[in-house]
Amino acid sequence: MAEVTGIKDYIRPENLVYSKTRLMTDNVLHYCPGCGHSTAHRILAEIIDEEGLQQDAIGISPVGCSVFLYNYIDIDWQEAAHGRAPALATAIKRLCPDKFVFTYQGDGDLAAIGTSETIHSCNRGENFLIIFINNGIYGMTGGQMAPTTIPGMKSSTSPYGRDTVRMGFPLKITDIVATLPGTYYVSRQSVHTALNVRRAKRALKKAVQYQSLNRGTCFVEIVSNCPAGWKMTPVEANKWLEENMLPYYPLGDLKVPQPEKDLNPGSTD
Amino acid sequence: MEANPAETTGMVVLQAESEIAAINMVYGGAGCGKKVMTTSSSPGISLMQEGITYIAGAELPCLIVNIVRGGPGLGTIQPAQSDYFQAVKGGGHGDYHLIVLAPASVQEMADFVELGFELAFRYRNPVMMLSDGALGQMMEKVYLNPQKERSGISPDWATTGKPPGRERNIITSLELDSAKQELFNLKLIEKYNEIREKEVRFEEYQCEDAEYLFVAYGTSARICQKSVQLARNEGIRAGLLRPVTLFPFPEKQISRLAEKVKIILSVEMSAGQMIEDVILAVGGKVPVFHFGRMGGMVQTPEEVLDFLKLKIKEA
Repeated sequence: MAEVTGIKDYIRPENLVYSKTRLMTDNVLHYCPGCGHSTAHRILAEIIDEEGLQQDAIGISPVGCSVFLYNYIDIDWQEAAHGRAPALATAIKRLCPDKFVFTYQGDGDLAAIGTSETIHSCNRGENFLIIFINNGIYGMTGGQMAPTTIPGMKSSTSPYGRDTVRMGFPLKITDIVATLPGTYYVSRQSVHTALNVRRAKRALKKAVQYQSLNRGTCFVEIVSNCPAGWKMTPVEANKWLEENMLPYYPLGDLKVPQPEKDLNPGSTD
Repeated sequence: MEANPAETTGMVVLQAESEIAAINMVYGGAGCGKKVMTTSSSPGISLMQEGITYIAGAELPCLIVNIVRGGPGLGTIQPAQSDYFQAVKGGGHGDYHLIVLAPASVQEMADFVELGFELAFRYRNPVMMLSDGALGQMMEKVYLNPQKERSGISPDWATTGKPPGRERNIITSLELDSAKQELFNLKLIEKYNEIREKEVRFEEYQCEDAEYLFVAYGTSARICQKSVQLARNEGIRAGLLRPVTLFPFPEKQISRLAEKVKIILSVEMSAGQMIEDVILAVGGKVPVFHFGRMGGMVQTPEEVLDFLKLKIKEA
């Protein structure tokens, strides 16, 4: 008769299929259950590690839900005022040109109060990466309407749904920056399914690699969710994202280097 | 034209899209431990106030130069000293101080750049050079000190990329734990007190036997120097105390002079801002009056003297 085995018998190096992302610190993430930020943080930390950039990375965290990003990834950080991350990044990259500089910003930060900094740094072709998390709402302050709130979408300041006649249209800022000559690579991704996480990671990795060429701004939007702000369960939120956000913000590359011969990033699928 | 300094010195010069972007570029560069500065005139400095309080809160060194023009609002483009409150008392939100240098010549405008950076790095605190539209456009002989060799060593707090074995550096002014934020506020108070103790700078002119004292900085100090000469020609023993640092303010020196003079005039191109600090320093020992022109108008030495004579007569 076989001996009874306990769980400890299975914890062996040869059985290891997944481990904690090396560059993620031990600080407990403060995000709500199901929030896309945690996933976006993880793939970002994985890429920085895989690309060997820990020593060269300087990140700029925003104001908004991800304000404490600097507590979670083990690199040097600067915390910007609301919307100003691209201005900080501009100076950091110009003064430390051999560093990998990136900003991580939400829709309120990047597309409302920071619209000017976003557009002008992209237009100058500053050599840093912008990661843009778009969940169509001001999550941290109580679910108010954001510049990217889609038509008809409910928020605490558009309780009957966004009425474009009275409240204007959502700002497709990623489409705008893709038209600027200063941007090198612009892509829109999401992290609401395992497949999309892999695709988002591939795009983000490509952006990080392109960034090392210093040929302009790379910009990756991640269409994300806000279960708490949208007042949905995580599963409902991801379903709603797929059915409502993605038709308005279709996924894929908006701008790729032409011809795309600079790199062969390879697949991470 | 001379060789492009951006190519010959390694300095980075960048025209920002706005004052808001400019001051936040300063924040980013300062966070990397670099010597960074920006300059504007009053309305632009108002736009920078958010960035300045973040820089003070993150304890970053930098230099900001304000070539003050008359206000409020769009005001005028002519010289004024009406941004004293903004520079010395805060300007942005929260409990913080800038170190404020007040040059009175083109030479000092040049010298205070180096001094400003020295103080900024010594105390990890933003420094403001509070000038005005007269000094800003004045032509004077100036001796440029040879530039010091750059050390190339980054301060240990700077974000330069995290090498193995060091904790990550985080530049932030955020602390949600009130108890910790209060400790940080106390630390700032300690720093400001040390600055008050060690960094007061001022200049006295004919104060030894003065019966009447002008307190004036910048362009107004230059004017009052002439007023002192005119007064003394008429047998009126006037003197001038010129604060070179506005924060820290030379309160002890003013307090000491208040023991022996009869009247003090705070002469400034404003509605009377520095006078509040003069009154605090004097502590009621002698009467203190404000005199100055506004809106881009500059008082003449004769006007200052006439006002002093009026006050002597009224006394």
